Amino acid sequence: MSNLLNVSPSPHTHGKETTQKLMLNVVIALIPAFITSVFYFGLGAVIVTATSVASCIIFEYLIQKFILRRPLSITDGSALVTGILLGFNLPSNIPVFIIIIGSFVAIAVAKMTFGGLGNNPFNPALVGRVFMLISFPVQMTSWPVPSGLSTGYTDAVTGATPLAIIKEGIKNGESLSKLMEQIPSPANMLLGDMGGSIGEVGAIALLIGFAWLLIRKVITWHIPVSVIATIAVFTGLLWLINPAQNADPMFHLLAGGVLLGAIFMATDYVTSPMVPKAMLIYGCGIGIITVVIRVYGAYPEGVSFAILIMNAFVPLMNAYIKPKRFGEEVKHG
Amino acid sequence: MSSTVLITILSLSLLAFIAAILLFIIAEKFKVYEDPRIDEVQAALPAANCGGCGFAGCRNFAEALVKADSFEGLNCPVGGAAVMAEAATILGRIAPVVDPTIAVLLCNGTPESRPLTSRYDGASECRIAHTIYSGETDCSYGCLGKGDCEKACKFDALYIDHSTGLPVISDEKCVSCGACVKACPRNLIELRKKAKKDRKIYVACSNCDKGGPARRACKVACIGCGKCVKVCAFDAITLKDNLAYIDAGKCTFCRKCAPECPTNAIIEVNFPPRKPKVEAGTEVASA
Amino acid sequence: MLKTFSTGGVHPPENKITASAPIEYLPVPESVVIPLSQHIGSPSVPVVNKGDYVRTGQLIAEGKGYISANIHSPVSGKVSKIDIAADSSGFRQNSVFIDAEGDEWVDTIDRSNELDTEIRLSSEEIIKKCLASGIVGLGGATFPSHVKLSVPSGKKCEILIINGVECEPFLTSDHRLMLEKGPEVLTGVSILMKALKVEKAMIGIENNKPDAIKNMQKLAAGYKGISVYPLRVKYPQGAEKQLIKALTGREVPSGRLPLDVGAVVHNVGTAFAVYEAVQKNKPLFERVVTVTGRDLSKPGNYLVRTGTPVRKLLEAAGGLPENTGKIINGGPMMGKAISNLDVPVVKGMSGIIVIPAEESKREETKPCIRCSKCVSACPLGLEPYLLMTLSEKSLFERAEKERVTDCMECGSCSFTCPATRPLLDYIRLGKANVIRMIRERNIK
Repeated sequence: MSNLLNVSPSPHTHGKETTQKLMLNVVIALIPAFITSVFYFGLGAVIVTATSVASCIIFEYLIQKFILRRPLSITDGSALVTGILLGFNLPSNIPVFIIIIGSFVAIAVAKMTFGGLGNNPFNPALVGRVFMLISFPVQMTSWPVPSGLSTGYTDAVTGATPLAIIKEGIKNGESLSKLMEQIPSPANMLLGDMGGSIGEVGAIALLIGFAWLLIRKVITWHIPVSVIATIAVFTGLLWLINPAQNADPMFHLLAGGVLLGAIFMATDYVTSPMVPKAMLIYGCGIGIITVVIRVYGAYPEGVSFAILIMNAFVPLMNAYIKPKRFGEEVKHG
Repeated sequence: MSSTVLITILSLSLLAFIAAILLFIIAEKFKVYEDPRIDEVQAALPAANCGGCGFAGCRNFAEALVKADSFEGLNCPVGGAAVMAEAATILGRIAPVVDPTIAVLLCNGTPESRPLTSRYDGASECRIAHTIYSGETDCSYGCLGKGDCEKACKFDALYIDHSTGLPVISDEKCVSCGACVKACPRNLIELRKKAKKDRKIYVACSNCDKGGPARRACKVACIGCGKCVKVCAFDAITLKDNLAYIDAGKCTFCRKCAPECPTNAIIEVNFPPRKPKVEAGTEVASA
Repeated sequence: MLKTFSTGGVHPPENKITASAPIEYLPVPESVVIPLSQHIGSPSVPVVNKGDYVRTGQLIAEGKGYISANIHSPVSGKVSKIDIAADSSGFRQNSVFIDAEGDEWVDTIDRSNELDTEIRLSSEEIIKKCLASGIVGLGGATFPSHVKLSVPSGKKCEILIINGVECEPFLTSDHRLMLEKGPEVLTGVSILMKALKVEKAMIGIENNKPDAIKNMQKLAAGYKGISVYPLRVKYPQGAEKQLIKALTGREVPSGRLPLDVGAVVHNVGTAFAVYEAVQKNKPLFERVVTVTGRDLSKPGNYLVRTGTPVRKLLEAAGGLPENTGKIINGGPMMGKAISNLDVPVVKGMSGIIVIPAEESKREETKPCIRCSKCVSACPLGLEPYLLMTLSEKSLFERAEKERVTDCMECGSCSFTCPATRPLLDYIRLGKANVIRMIRERNIK
C-alpha cells in the first residue's frame, strides 16, 4: 500500500501560511497592548483577559464536542483571539460572571450558531461586548482610574474616561478649553495613562502591534488607514468649524477605542470585505458612523456600534464590489 | 388608566379591521385563476419534490398533468402506478402502464478484482477526480467510489460500502428518481426495469477497452468476447465497443448467459443458488 | 526597477537544484510509445502501418485539421503496433509503438553543430517549415506554432515576446538552453521575427537566472532588434498575459488573444526548435527535460527523445528513491501527478519532479476564514473563494458571470490559502461545466 503514488490535482506545493499561524501573529501583535494594560490597570487586566480567553475556548470546546459533535477546531486559535479581544474591550474591574456571559454570547450566539469559523456576519467579540453593555450598563461604564499595579480588581477606584468627560461636559454647557484641562496630556494618552477599556488605552502599544501585523502580512493597510483617516478628517472639519464645541482630531484618535477598533476589530477577516476597494469604503463608513455617534449620539463612544453596523453591509459589498479584473478595458480618449 | 386601555384596544382593533378589509380586497383583485384540479392532483402526488418526473417539483408536475392531453411520457417514479391511477381518475384520463425501474450500478470493481494503482488525494468528489485522471485503478471507466451518488440521493437508498468502494443500492428505498444517474460523472448507474422478487441480471461493467487492457485492469471486467451474445436465445444481449449489454426489456431471466462469461462480469441478484454441475463418472459428495 | 506584472502573484520556493547541471544526452531507449495527441487541437492521423520500418526524424503522423501538428519518429526501427495506450492522465489515447533498431536518421537532416545564422527562407516558407516539422509550444502549452505564426487578416503583430522566464519551481531546461545554446536560440528568435514580419523582439528572463541574463544580453548585441529584460521573480511571471503586461504594460482582455494587443509570445525552447527545423531541417522529436527532486542522486537536464518511458529518465537520474510519494509531469504549480512510470515523454513534458512522501500528502481542508489572500494572489483579478463555493453548489450560471472561464489554473490561490482549501479543484470543475454550458447554448 505504501508503494502507491499519490495523485492529486495541481498545485502540488503549498505556501507556509496557515490559519493557526495567522491567529498566532495577531496574539503576538496584542502583547504590547497587554503589557501596557497590566502596567496601568494591574491585576484586573490579567484577570479579565484570562477569564475571557478561558471562557471563550471552553465554550467553543463544549459546543463542538457535545452539541455539534464535530471535530474540534479550538487549536486554530480563533477562539483565543476572540477571547483576548473581548477582554480588551472591557473595563478592568468587571466581575467574572459578566465576562462569562459575554463570552457565551460571543462564541455560542455570534459565532457557532452561524456555523462556526468563517460563517458569522458580525464580529463575535463586539457582539459580546455590546450585549454586555446593554445588559449590564452600570458595570460596563465604570472605568477604573489607572493606578499602576496597585489598581485593585473589583474594588478599583473608578473615574470617567476622556470621551465621557468631554461628552458630559459639553452637554452641561461647560467650555471645551476648561474640560480639556481635566484630560490627560497627549503624551499620557499615547502611553496609555487614561481611563478606558483594557486594550484601548495604549496607543503606542497598539501601533507597534499594527506594524507587526503589516510586516507579517496578516492584514493590509486599507482598513486601519481608512478608519483613522476618515475619523481624523471628519473630526478635523468639525473642529475647524467650531473649535469651542468640538475636540481636536488628535484627541479623537487617541481617546476611546479608535485604534483598537481600526487595527484589530475592524480587520477581523470573517466580517470584513474581501476586495481592497470595498475595504476602503468599509473603513470610511466606520469612521463616519463613529464620529456621528460620538458627536451627535447618546453614547460617548461609537466604534463598536460603527463596526457592527458596517459588518451588516459587508455581504452587499462582497456581492457588488469586484476586484479589478485583468484586461478590463479602460476607457481611453 | 382604563380610558388609555380602552383607546388602545379600540384603535388597534380598528387598524386590524382596516388591514383585514384591505387584504381581502387585494387578494380578490389580484387573484390568479388556477385550475382547481392542479391542487387536487398535487395532493395525490408524494410531495417528495425530487425531480424524478423531469419537472421542477410536484406542483410543476401537477400543472403539466392537468395541461397535457394524455399521460404519455408523464410518470411519477416515486409514487408509481398507484399515484398515476389516482391522478388519472381526477383528470378523467387513462394512465399508461409504466414499468417500474430500479437503479443499478454497472461496475463491480472491488479492490480484490480491480487493484489500486495510485492513491487519490484531491477534493473527495467523483466529479473532480474524473476531470483529472482515470482514477485509483487502471480502469478509466469504473466507479471512483467518492460518493457523489450517495450525496445526491434524497431517499437514503444509496450508500458507499467502504470495504468494496462501490455504492450499495437498496431495493426497498430506491424510488428511481434518477438523481444518482445524473450525479455520476461516468454514467455508471442505470435505471433498469424491475423484475419480480427484485431479481436482476446485468453486465456489471462499463469498460470499453479491448479485452487485454480491460482484463489487466480488473479481473471481472467484460472483455467483449461475445460468448453471452451467442448463448442468449432471446436476442437480449448486444456487444458494442468491447462491452456487452443486457436489455432488461427483452431478458427472460433464463440465466444461460452468466455461467458463459469467462470473467464473471454478468451478475445475478436475488436468484436461488444454482445446483452444482455433476460430471460423468464422479461420485456425488453426500451433503 | 525590474519590470513585473501588477496584480496578484505568489512566491513558491525556487528549488532550482539543476540550474548548474549541463544538458546531457539520454541514450535512445529500446522502444518508444508515441501518443498521437501531444498538442492542442485534433489528434494526428498515422501515416505508417504496423511492420513499417521508419528512420529517426521520419514523419509518422500528419496533423488533421487547422489546429493540429505533425509527429515524427524519434528512433529508427519497426512499428510494432498502432494501439491504445494510457497517457499521463490514465485515459486511453491512440499511439504508435516502435521497437528501436540502431539510430539511423533521415538524411535530409543536417546533423552538424555549426551555428548557421543566415536566414534563407521567406516568411511564408518559415511558417510552412514549422508546420512540416511539427513544432508546438514547448513551454508546456503545446499550441501548434505555425498557427500562432499565421497572423489573420485584420490583426497586426507589432512585437515578438520570447518567454525565458521559467517561473515554475524546479524546472531549468530553458535556463540551460539559454546558457548553452544562446546563439541558436537567438537565431531562432530572428527566424520567428521574420515569420511574423516584426522588427522588435523582447526576451523576458526572471532575475533568478543572472548567468543566463548576462549571456543572452551579451549575445543579443549581435542580433538586430532583440533586447533582453530581467524580470522580478514572481510566479506566474511566465504566463503569457502576465509576461506581456510586464514587458509592454498591455493587458490582454478577457477571452481575447495576445495578438489583440499586438504581441505574439513564444517559449525559448520553441525558438530553439524553430532554429533546428529551419536551419538544420530537423523536425521536433527530442527536447530537454529537467529530471529533479530533493532525494534524487543524479538530478539533471536531459536531452530526451519523445516516446521514451519516464522510467528511463528516472533510471538516468539515479533511480527512484525509496520514499517517493508523488511524481509530477511538469512543474509543481501546474503540473500533473502521474501514477504510471511507463508514460512516455511527449513534446510538452518540460520536467519530471520526484516528491518525497512527507511532502506529497495534502493537508486537511479547513473552513474558509475569508482572509481574502486568494483574491490578492489571483493574477487575473478573480475571486477564487467565491468560484469554489459556486462550483461546489453547482451554481454554474453565476460562476460564468464571475468569469470562471478567465482562470488560467496557475494555482496561486490554492498555494496561498491558509485553510488549505482545494480552491483550484473546484474552479476547474466550474470551468468544465461552464464551457459545456456555453457550448450547448451555442448549438441551439
